[in-house]
Amino acid sequence: MSQTPSTSPARPRIDWLPKLVVAPSFVLGFLFIYGLILWNAYFSVSASRLLPNYEFAGIEPYINLFESDRFQVASWNLAIFATLFIGGALALGLLLAVLLDQKIRQEGVLRTIYLYPMALSFIVTGTAWKWILNPGLGIEATVRGWGFESFTFDWLVDPDKAIYCVAIAGIWQSAGFVMALFLAGLRGIDDSIIKAAQVDGASLPRIYWRILIPSLRPVFFSTIMVLSHIAIKSFDLVMALTAGGPGFATDLPATYMYSMAFTRGQINLGAASATVMLAVVAAIVVPYLYSELRSTKR
Amino acid sequence: MRKFSVKPLQAAAALALGSTMLLAHAGEVEVLHWWTSGGEAKAAKALAATMQAKGDTWKDFAVAGGGGDSAMTVLKSRVVSGNPPSAAQIKGPSLQDWAKEGVLANLDDVAKADNWDANLPKAIADGLKYKGHYIAAPVNVHRVNWLWVNPEVLKKANVKAPTTWAEFFTAAEAIKKAGLIPLAHGGQSWQDFTIFEDVALGVGGADFYKKALVQLDPATLKSAKMKEVLTTFKKVKDYTDKNAPGRDWNLATAMVIRGEAGMQLMGDWAKGEFIAAGKTPGKDFECVAAPGTSKAYTYNVDSFAMFQLKNEANIKAQKNLAGAIMSPAFQELFNLNKGSIPVRLNMNLDKFDSCAKQSSKDFVETSKAGSLVPSIAHGMAVSSAAEGAIKDVVSQYWNSEKDTPEQVMDKLVSAAKAK
Repeated sequence: MSQTPSTSPARPRIDWLPKLVVAPSFVLGFLFIYGLILWNAYFSVSASRLLPNYEFAGIEPYINLFESDRFQVASWNLAIFATLFIGGALALGLLLAVLLDQKIRQEGVLRTIYLYPMALSFIVTGTAWKWILNPGLGIEATVRGWGFESFTFDWLVDPDKAIYCVAIAGIWQSAGFVMALFLAGLRGIDDSIIKAAQVDGASLPRIYWRILIPSLRPVFFSTIMVLSHIAIKSFDLVMALTAGGPGFATDLPATYMYSMAFTRGQINLGAASATVMLAVVAAIVVPYLYSELRSTKR
Repeated sequence: MRKFSVKPLQAAAALALGSTMLLAHAGEVEVLHWWTSGGEAKAAKALAATMQAKGDTWKDFAVAGGGGDSAMTVLKSRVVSGNPPSAAQIKGPSLQDWAKEGVLANLDDVAKADNWDANLPKAIADGLKYKGHYIAAPVNVHRVNWLWVNPEVLKKANVKAPTTWAEFFTAAEAIKKAGLIPLAHGGQSWQDFTIFEDVALGVGGADFYKKALVQLDPATLKSAKMKEVLTTFKKVKDYTDKNAPGRDWNLATAMVIRGEAGMQLMGDWAKGEFIAAGKTPGKDFECVAAPGTSKAYTYNVDSFAMFQLKNEANIKAQKNLAGAIMSPAFQELFNLNKGSIPVRLNMNLDKFDSCAKQSSKDFVETSKAGSLVPSIAHGMAVSSAAEGAIKDVVSQYWNSEKDTPEQVMDKLVSAAKAK
């Protein structure tokens, strides 16, 4: 082991030690994240059907993928679901946080109640909402039982509206978590700013709208990051709530990929859809990440 | 087939496993199946006992989950890592897919010793062969084109069990007027497709069915007959209830049992639900062929594919297993528990109920008449890729109001091309 000359002879600096410490995680990360991404990308241009097969098949799986009605429905569903889910959870979470921030009594209890859905797995959420939204069991049957015979709420069994049910269940699950993040952000803001604004005669809504919420920008950033990855990888919620149905009306790219790769014996098509998902995520998230990180550095 | 090339990965894994394999003294069969519910589990145990009586060790490899999707995922990882089980529950064209991967064993000597060619209907024997060699042992036959009827409900509506689609709609209308649900249905794509293939077979006949849905002939898929099939199929939906989407088949059967609904189109596994509810065939419920299909038979045959193994003793045990599966004793015991009928021809059916006897009689007759057809809803007819794509089209047509039959026919033609 050669030691590099050092300015302080008493404690010789060991250059290779940090590298050595980081190396295992770097190698593992490289192998099991980027290596597997590349492996998957190769499968997407291979002739794999039932079992992995390394024969090259060109871009045919991608052509099949983009011609597939079901994949188009799945992608469009993801756009609807992600917009409603992220937007809805942000709005509801922020509203709850602002209301809880009013120094009310029993705040700890309320906070726990709102945060509780986050402790449930999406499978539980999906199953519970499947019963709540089922016209024969849940809301519709209950309201009709009260005597409102013409009341109708059958989105879950309507192929055009079922995706909104998925969004409702998703928002219910995540709004409490968003609230907790925003509440922490609000509590972190210096009191003197609010006092100064009050001295200037600003009303409370105005203080929130013009001063407090804009200063939560970093919280928005991390919340959107967390919610968008939940939206894109959503799988268990759909499986439990609708299993992709009616028909394939609530399929998302993740469920599409699973059924192609594991139940239909079309590994190359599944791999192609996974690659497309990754590319879309990269195209949206990377520029956002870049702009946010750069502006905070400045 | 021993001619199949051994993949390097498998060879390496086999070497690594060599030591454990040398230690295995007697033959061992490891069997992957998803018979984990009531009667099925009993039948699996019976097979294990038979094997143990022959001196072989039975290693159970049950993966829960009715459809077997999770079992297939486990199986794939085992095969890829070069450590396949002796046998796995695989059926229909998937057998050909697996054989093409070069991992299945040749059962010709067992089949010859027991004369499978004579003991099985030709249509079914052909499905168990790859390039003329047997690769799997069949367990049972399910008839899919059954209509389960609650006679109480029909009496209330003052109608008879329908034998044609025209009669079906008359009966359904009468039941609807009586304030009950005419047809119990579960809105999952395979159940939607079960109705579709019943309609296709009833309206179009066996030749149309084979041409359109087994050979996937584009001209037949886009014909006047197909249009009639699609229109009739869509009309059936008016007689189901709107809460059907996502419902499991056994819950739909329960609606017929409780008398909330009059009929259900479902394979003979539904019989198990009626019997478990303490009902007697012919009295509390009736089984009739789906409308217009009394002279035809859609089958769903379960089978065990045998994988290539290295160890001589295990190969011997595997052959014993294949022989035991086809033995009349096992076929009787298993099918009494499962609600299906033996796949082996010329068996004594004294212990079976009236529905099973009817099913068996029709099975033999249709096999002679050439109207024995594979069920697509149950993965018996076409490759899993084409099957999935066709199911998607049919299920979307059933569920949405957007497409006309003409558009659906175009979609069917392009779905049939999925490879």
